[in-house]
Amino acid sequence: MNVLSASHINKYFFEPEKFQVLQDVNFEVKKGEFLSIIGKSGCGKSTLLYILSTMDTDYEGLLEVNGQRLTGLPQDTLAAFRNEHLGFVFQFHFLLPEFTVLQNVMLPALKLGKYSNKEIEERAYEKLRLVNMTEHARKQSSKLSGGQQQRVAIARALINDPAIIMGDEPTGNLDKANSGLVFDIFRQISHENGQTIITVTHDPDFANGSDRIIEMSDGRIVRH
Amino acid sequence: MNLKLSFQIAKTHLLAKKRQTLVAMLGVTFGIAMFIVMISFMQGVNQFLEDSALDASPHVRIYNEVNTQRPSILDQNRTSDSSVNVVYHQKPKQQLPRIKNGLQMVRLIEKMKGVLGVSPEVSSQAFFNNGPIQISGSMAGIDYPRENRLYNLDSRIKSGSFQALLTNPKGIVVGANLAKKLNVNVGDKVSVTTPTGGNLTLRVVGIFGFGIGTIDNIRCYTSISTVQEILGKDASYITDIHIKMTDPLLALDFAQTLQKQFDIHTEDWGTANQAILAGKKIRNVMTFVISMTLLVVAGFGIYNIMNMNVINKLKDIAILKATGFGSKDVVAVFLLQAIIIGILGGLLGLLIGFGISYALSITPFETGDMISLKTFPVLFETQYYLMGLAFGVITTILAGYFPSRKAAKIDPVAILRG
Repeated sequence: MNVLSASHINKYFFEPEKFQVLQDVNFEVKKGEFLSIIGKSGCGKSTLLYILSTMDTDYEGLLEVNGQRLTGLPQDTLAAFRNEHLGFVFQFHFLLPEFTVLQNVMLPALKLGKYSNKEIEERAYEKLRLVNMTEHARKQSSKLSGGQQQRVAIARALINDPAIIMGDEPTGNLDKANSGLVFDIFRQISHENGQTIITVTHDPDFANGSDRIIEMSDGRIVRH
Repeated sequence: MNLKLSFQIAKTHLLAKKRQTLVAMLGVTFGIAMFIVMISFMQGVNQFLEDSALDASPHVRIYNEVNTQRPSILDQNRTSDSSVNVVYHQKPKQQLPRIKNGLQMVRLIEKMKGVLGVSPEVSSQAFFNNGPIQISGSMAGIDYPRENRLYNLDSRIKSGSFQALLTNPKGIVVGANLAKKLNVNVGDKVSVTTPTGGNLTLRVVGIFGFGIGTIDNIRCYTSISTVQEILGKDASYITDIHIKMTDPLLALDFAQTLQKQFDIHTEDWGTANQAILAGKKIRNVMTFVISMTLLVVAGFGIYNIMNMNVINKLKDIAILKATGFGSKDVVAVFLLQAIIIGILGGLLGLLIGFGISYALSITPFETGDMISLKTFPVLFETQYYLMGLAFGVITTILAGYFPSRKAAKIDPVAILRG
């Protein structure tokens, strides 16, 4: 079953001059797949990921996630969709520094409003246990190390049990040990929970460990 | 949109930067406190001036306007476009300031709605003689109980009493400054002459002071019959009717009504005290201009701080948007911060404003013994405080709205990609 399909995606940059970043990109992702997108810097892989993430709406082509056509929907509808169906992990950990670890994890669930506050807290602890961060739950998120922050970011991405988790170089800023830890968590999520993972990565070890690799070059998919 | 969640985020942001929050709050606090002090004090001054003018003057005064101008008989009978009438040196007609059926009118008006009291008077110019010295002034023949109800005369007495006018038909109550000029005290005799030649010696039974120079310098009171006697008039001779209303504002229309009903000249307090009313308007405008300026300055302070806040929080906004917060949520997060600052700063401002107003209202203020003012006049009215809070909140909402909208329009991709 396809959880995501992108067809005929074209994307242009207009600054400093018109330039086609993505050229007729077509691919599908199956449920539970652990997918890596690789390629040299500037090949358009991050650009593609942000289109898939629904945050970038300025493209040509058609994007469907979970069988729902997302192309052309208004920003706020897409935000609500992201909240429920997509999780993000970025290269820089991007936690909210004023909030505690627990609050950071809980925020997207509080926004979704599907569960009561108590249930959300329980679920947040459950996700923190998954990434082995329960003992830091009450700490200010800015007090954690980079690797710890990234694990919290993963817990946050998982809180609403999204269909797809997207990562933009999730290990790009981490040392070997932490990279391994993040990889293991991703693997576990995709294989045990059946959640789909799409990551953009430079790390060959990370890519080789995933189920499937898409290689891009000059805005086209060259191998998949 | 989840307001509770937005509020929580807003609160956390504010608490994380306590000093910055406090500075933004103090801007509003200062603006509102000054607004409260300014408006309370200005309105107090207005009230004081109005009171002192209204205390000593009637809300409506009925009198016969003596006018020497009248059309000549020729003009009344022969007018045409082709000719011009020329009459040299027309002499004024004999005219009395008497109000026809004055006492009946008093009884009628007394029964009308909204009327607090009516007092008939016989007033005349007078010369006071003490030995070879002659001082001009005015004399008012009054019905003491009625007049007292209108002007609370008993509270103006410096020595002696007004009641003595009832028992002593040859009694007179003299203005404080006039008494000083005449060098008379209670018990002394004073000789009064009217322009028409009447003369009577009266005994001073009291000395009063209104604290208004134009009254205390020239005015004296005696009974109606005494003045009628000096003038050589009958007992129905009345020149003025003074009316006080339950609400001074009613007087403006009431004067017009009376004028039509009795076909007689009336004057309301607004016309008689135009300078005070104009001064009041000017002070009101001034108060609002200064208060608004203060609030606008505070508003710009909040705008600046909120703008910086948004720029500092670009990353957080991008994360919120990435994890599913819509633009309305983001607006709410930042607008709520502005509103919290506005309300807390405003409430603190009201408190401080009240404190300063209170301190002002108990500060001794030396004005000399003529004026009944011991401290600065300050008015405490709930509506000023409501107004201050409303202005404060509106200013902060306006100041917070534009940075919030900017925050909502931020493109998360540009920030997350670095």
